[in-house]
Amino acid sequence: MKNTNEATDASHYKYIGTRSIRPDGFEKVTGRANYGADLSLPGMIWGKMLRSPHAHAMIKSIDISKAEALAGVMAVVTYNDFPSVSSEIVATGEGTEDLLDLARNLMADGKVLYHGHAILGVAAISRQIAEQALALIDVEYEVLPAVLDVRDAMAKDAPVLHEKMYTEGLAETPNTASNVASVVELKKGDVDAGFAQADVIVEREFYTPTVHQGYIEPHACTVRYDEHGQSMVWCSTQGHFDVRATTAKLLHMSLSKLKVIASEIGGGFGGKTTVYLEPVALLMSKKSGRPVKMIMDRDEVFKASGPGSATRNWIKIGAKNDGTITAMQGKLHYEAGAFKGSPARLGGMTAFTPYDVENMFVECYDVVVNKPKVAAYRAPGAPQAEYAAEMIVSELAARLAIDPIDFRLQNAAKEGTKTIYGPKLKRVGLVECLEAAKNSPHYQQALKENQGRGVSSGFWFNIGGSSSVTLNMNRDGTGTIVEGSPDIGGSRASMQLMAAETLGIAAESFKTIVADTENIAHNDGTGGSRTTFATGMAVVEAAKDVIRQMKERAASVWNVNVDVIDWVDGVAINVGGSEKLSAAEICATADRTGGQISGQGNINARGAGPSFAVHICDVEVDKETGKVDVVRYTAIQDAGKAIHPSYVEGQYQGGAAQGIGWALNEEYVYNDKGILQNPGFLDYRIPLASDLPMIETVIVEVPNPAHPFGVRGVGESGIIPPLAATAYAVSDAINAPITDLPCSPPNVLAVIQANS
Amino acid sequence: MARVIFPDEIEKLIGENNLMVDARVFRDVVTELIGRYPELKESSLDKMAVAIDDVIVVDPLLEPINSDSDIYFFHFVTGG
Repeated sequence: MKNTNEATDASHYKYIGTRSIRPDGFEKVTGRANYGADLSLPGMIWGKMLRSPHAHAMIKSIDISKAEALAGVMAVVTYNDFPSVSSEIVATGEGTEDLLDLARNLMADGKVLYHGHAILGVAAISRQIAEQALALIDVEYEVLPAVLDVRDAMAKDAPVLHEKMYTEGLAETPNTASNVASVVELKKGDVDAGFAQADVIVEREFYTPTVHQGYIEPHACTVRYDEHGQSMVWCSTQGHFDVRATTAKLLHMSLSKLKVIASEIGGGFGGKTTVYLEPVALLMSKKSGRPVKMIMDRDEVFKASGPGSATRNWIKIGAKNDGTITAMQGKLHYEAGAFKGSPARLGGMTAFTPYDVENMFVECYDVVVNKPKVAAYRAPGAPQAEYAAEMIVSELAARLAIDPIDFRLQNAAKEGTKTIYGPKLKRVGLVECLEAAKNSPHYQQALKENQGRGVSSGFWFNIGGSSSVTLNMNRDGTGTIVEGSPDIGGSRASMQLMAAETLGIAAESFKTIVADTENIAHNDGTGGSRTTFATGMAVVEAAKDVIRQMKERAASVWNVNVDVIDWVDGVAINVGGSEKLSAAEICATADRTGGQISGQGNINARGAGPSFAVHICDVEVDKETGKVDVVRYTAIQDAGKAIHPSYVEGQYQGGAAQGIGWALNEEYVYNDKGILQNPGFLDYRIPLASDLPMIETVIVEVPNPAHPFGVRGVGESGIIPPLAATAYAVSDAINAPITDLPCSPPNVLAVIQANS
Repeated sequence: MARVIFPDEIEKLIGENNLMVDARVFRDVVTELIGRYPELKESSLDKMAVAIDDVIVVDPLLEPINSDSDIYFFHFVTGG
């Protein structure tokens, strides 16, 4: 692994940039860590959902009498058990969602909209009895035709999912319902004028399938409703404050009456930023008077949690013979699943952001189909749009006989580049990433027969947001960092290192805990690569608060003004004399000097840490079978400053692995009636370790001016380039254009045969 | 006067893609916009991301605005 630190001199950091032992490692490898399904309570019962066997149907009647009569059944919950909610846009971990849609996704309101849509829930004294009860429920359906693709959904005579949904964003308000929830345009300059200047223009439509985040731990929770006091939810989530806010809103509860505890989390990647079980489990608990545990089966995770959008995206790019891109245009169609709210606009905002081009225009369509409501998936919306754009960029470079990295360098976004969504970029590291890619040993290596190479860029915003941290100092000078950001990618270690660097106290002296919603002020969820950036800033603020108090205590001990106290390497120094007091000495006597010492850092992090990535992929294609093997892969990305390089490399490798899976094999397979055919890891093929070479990584460090240590988020950008890097490598190997993902053996073989 | 630049969805609503406002903090911007265009609701502006002089700020109520500031509204950005 190479660390290309071109812009910073990190040698002055003592703790940041070191590879400290991960604090949660021992618990996780020994099985002691407690995940979503690991909490059991006295008297606890089990909840299970009845799910739709149809993709689109009216519910004519439901008969629960036999289920209710079954011994051991404690509660049956339907949509009618929820308090009434109306259409209202609310902030959730997903950004914003319509509260009514959220309720109707939890449980169908008279109409099922996808295979696996929840119809009701049963709680019983055992999981087996709950499942037996589900089998006793009679539901009468009127099956409706399903739409499973944006083309079908946008057809003139398409079955409409929502009779009161009218397309937003049109010049004139339509008077007929549509499956197109919204149309949004983003523009910069004049694309017609830009294309008129171009010597070469390439345009194609690309398809990306529905894909799942593939987190290993299923959704799970244990809850206890207490109508007189404090209700509790224990769950696997990326944002327990968001779970609390959404659940409380849906159940008309006060935030103070609901405590949410985040368990350890076995992967989320954006898919655990909303609720599927928790409000239902609380209603079961309320009805039965018992604690309730719910665990999704893998089958349910695929059918009824939120996957990433399938898309059909048309891209057109023009360039001059000298390699200057003159115009970029896109028409993006994103499946939202059964309810509006795909990341189409984020696709439009990111598709062309790696390029400093005067003329851009993107239309973004948010389209509902009879599939589960999509959820965020690492850089939501960006991989699909940037895939299409990067494929065209590579094809243009080939047509112009320009090296694909040189072509990107010639047109690369940099500080001062105006984005299509408005503001100009601050200091960013795309050029440094491209140069690192060009100079990498990988790029110098020659290809062999039947091999091809692809290069791709990727961009994500990495917005800050709200984070709260308390740093409690112990009497021996050690400390506990209390944060509210669930640790998915190693943030506890990063928080330790940032506290240690700020205070000048060894990282091992700190323990980081993720507190529940009662023990720390609000935190936005762990998502959007915001945690090391924003919660890290809160840690720095809390540590600075501790230093301020330490200096005040030392001044009071020495009876001098605090202005003459300096703080160096964890020691207070009287610069007017020779006295010194260490943090441990100050903490040991804190009761005598004013009480225990605790620092606070409650911030709304300004700015963002945009990160660019550049990936190189070499593949070898078996032209008789269409099978693709990735033979070498390098992920290069700007981390700003890698607080813990091992975790940063892990993020790069994980993003690359998921993106390669998206490019090569992963897809939801539905039959023509909308029934999901592959809801399990045997048939939904994520890459295994044996499928991939070692993912080589290069950490580029161009410091983010908006962060005290220069941090940029690193979790999102790395999943964007693999789609085009891999697919273009396949295209290069078979000398034929690839447009549709995945590049699975039958699909690749079909392209080979069509072009032979 | 600070310049406010709108995304497509607000432009379609009010018929303008940018306008000038006299504001000291971001709250003044919102008050001015809603005063001029009652069809713009505070709640819908609240749900958008904002960049003030190219710095993205979530929930920027009291963020200072300079007389030559550029204020961009755009789609709320989250992540995975």
